[in-house]
Amino acid sequence: MTKGWKLYDQRLAWVLVAPVLLLLTLLLLLPIAMMTVYTFFTFVTAGVESAVLTFDNWKEFLTDSYYHGFLWKTVRVGAITAVICAILGYFPAYFIWATTFKHKWLLLLLLIVPFWISFTIRTFSWIHILGEQGLINVVLIRLGVINEPLPMLYTEGAVIMGLLHFLLPYMILNVYVSLEGIDRTLIAAARSMGCTSAQAFREVTLPLSIPGLGAGLLLCFVLAAGSYVTPQLLGGSRDALFGNLIYDTIMGQLNWPMGATLSIVLFVLLGAAAAAYSRYMGLSQIMKGLSA
Amino acid sequence: MKLTTTKRLERLNERYANGDVSRRSFLTLTAAAAAATGLSMPWMGRALAAVSEVRFDGWGGVVQEAIDKYAFQPYTAKSKVKVVQGTFGDENETITKIKTSKPGDFQIVHSSGVNYYIKYVNGGFNSEINEGNIPNMANVLTAMIEPFRKITPKLSAVPYDYGTTGIAYNNKVISPEEAKEKGANLLTDKKYAGKVGGYADMTTRVWYAALQTKQDPNNIQDMDAVWAKVRETRDLAKKFWSSGAELMDLLSRNEIVVTDAWSGRVAALQQQGQPIGYLDPAGSYAWMEDMLVLKGSPMAECEELINFMLDPATSIAVAEGQNYPPSLDPTKVKLTDKIAALPAFDPTGSMKSLTFADPLYWAKNEDAWTKQWDRVSKGA
Repeated sequence: MTKGWKLYDQRLAWVLVAPVLLLLTLLLLLPIAMMTVYTFFTFVTAGVESAVLTFDNWKEFLTDSYYHGFLWKTVRVGAITAVICAILGYFPAYFIWATTFKHKWLLLLLLIVPFWISFTIRTFSWIHILGEQGLINVVLIRLGVINEPLPMLYTEGAVIMGLLHFLLPYMILNVYVSLEGIDRTLIAAARSMGCTSAQAFREVTLPLSIPGLGAGLLLCFVLAAGSYVTPQLLGGSRDALFGNLIYDTIMGQLNWPMGATLSIVLFVLLGAAAAAYSRYMGLSQIMKGLSA
Repeated sequence: MKLTTTKRLERLNERYANGDVSRRSFLTLTAAAAAATGLSMPWMGRALAAVSEVRFDGWGGVVQEAIDKYAFQPYTAKSKVKVVQGTFGDENETITKIKTSKPGDFQIVHSSGVNYYIKYVNGGFNSEINEGNIPNMANVLTAMIEPFRKITPKLSAVPYDYGTTGIAYNNKVISPEEAKEKGANLLTDKKYAGKVGGYADMTTRVWYAALQTKQDPNNIQDMDAVWAKVRETRDLAKKFWSSGAELMDLLSRNEIVVTDAWSGRVAALQQQGQPIGYLDPAGSYAWMEDMLVLKGSPMAECEELINFMLDPATSIAVAEGQNYPPSLDPTKVKLTDKIAALPAFDPTGSMKSLTFADPLYWAKNEDAWTKQWDRVSKGA
């Protein structure tokens, strides 16, 4: 060991971490604290609020079923998206992990190619695929399969499709990282003890990849439930999620106190989902997936 | 444009002569200017002369393209003051940005008339313009200026154009006769279920629902009936659009065949050869737009720019480009045949043929109705 050098020096650790802590305090904790204070302000008229403290905004949220309905819908759409991502994403991840193709890096590169294009443009592209004069309807009509265009755009299905497009790579990367961590000799051992390929997958590979699947589910759920742009562009007015409700309250009604209340509600909901995952799985798996 | 100290002092003198500045303020400002000149360092002049650009925020699309081409570019060529432009689809969004920025970050807004003017005034974001610095205001319709003056006797905005939100329809699907017969009720015609559109804006939705229930939009007696009609349109609608570009996109791609629509945007589509008809039903929603100067703006430069924009040659070119009639009084300024043919154009200049929203009535109900509209639009 080098003289005078310790593996862990508490003072040095604080010095190195201090800039990040400062940034987190300024850019995350302080804004959240300010938003929390805003939830107790009084709405006067559009764009004007007073610092007279009140529980009215919380009372409105807790007693108005309109907000509860949207919260439930947001959880539902987030959960559906996450589950479909898991079902669709597991197999590509497994294939990339299991393949003996020598240019595996190329397959991983394909996964991140969509991130090179703006998220908004990728979302807009669905309008030209799902629209009445979009690719799918035009092809089906020309093939004589349908007479009238199918109503696909501005529906909840279109919103989920847009979210899948956005979130699938996150799921695949998380599962892939988890699979990469599996000791392949365990599978060989299972096979040598008489397991079929399917049994080895069911008894060894799948259970050991569950943390990655769980991390992917959490990420996809949190990102889907917190989304705003996708429902705005691909959904009809009824397909709004809680994020759209917050936007409309702050930007449309110019009611900041109520908008802040709804923001804190969504923050607590998504924070609770992350906390529940952390309790049972540990958040470190997500970090592995994100750094893949 | 760089204003010289001499010109600034001349303007101050002019304001004093007009009675806009008290003698005490005039002497204080003159003394301050003299002291500043005496104490100034060489770098101060460069710093103070830094007003080389003015910030403008507008509606984007063909409207802003016309303003840019026929007003901003010639103005910059003449004055060397660059006009930095931003766009918005919903003006409330801009109010939020203004509220969260420091005075001066946003300077001129192409604002939606008196309804929004009240919001800026309530929020304390408005400035006070010196009308003496905008001589071309003499040509602006008095009927358009007066509603603003009722809210603030000293104006913060100058009316610039006006238009209507009428009914646009695909004339391959709906005949002009049918459109004329059904008028506003086309938006609740079950025959076009799933092919109806509408502006995602409370005022427009409530206005048209009032017309459909045969009520005066400026004195609604039965709001329940209005919300019921709003829901009816919502249930038939494919999409409520939120920007002029989205409106044009939905109509041109045949996603919708009937919608309420901004007259100028429809005119632009018609000029592109799209099969779109336009109708202003009785009581159609008329609106005006203004150039609003915000607090903290470089007033002299903003006033100079607005004056340039109101110059008859500029204003007429912009109006022809954006397809909305200008705020110029047709009894004082000779307007072109193209402008005379635009939807909503009032040749008398009295604006009596158009139905504008009563700003005080709508301001009184705005918060509650906006909240209710948000809910109805999302299925409530």
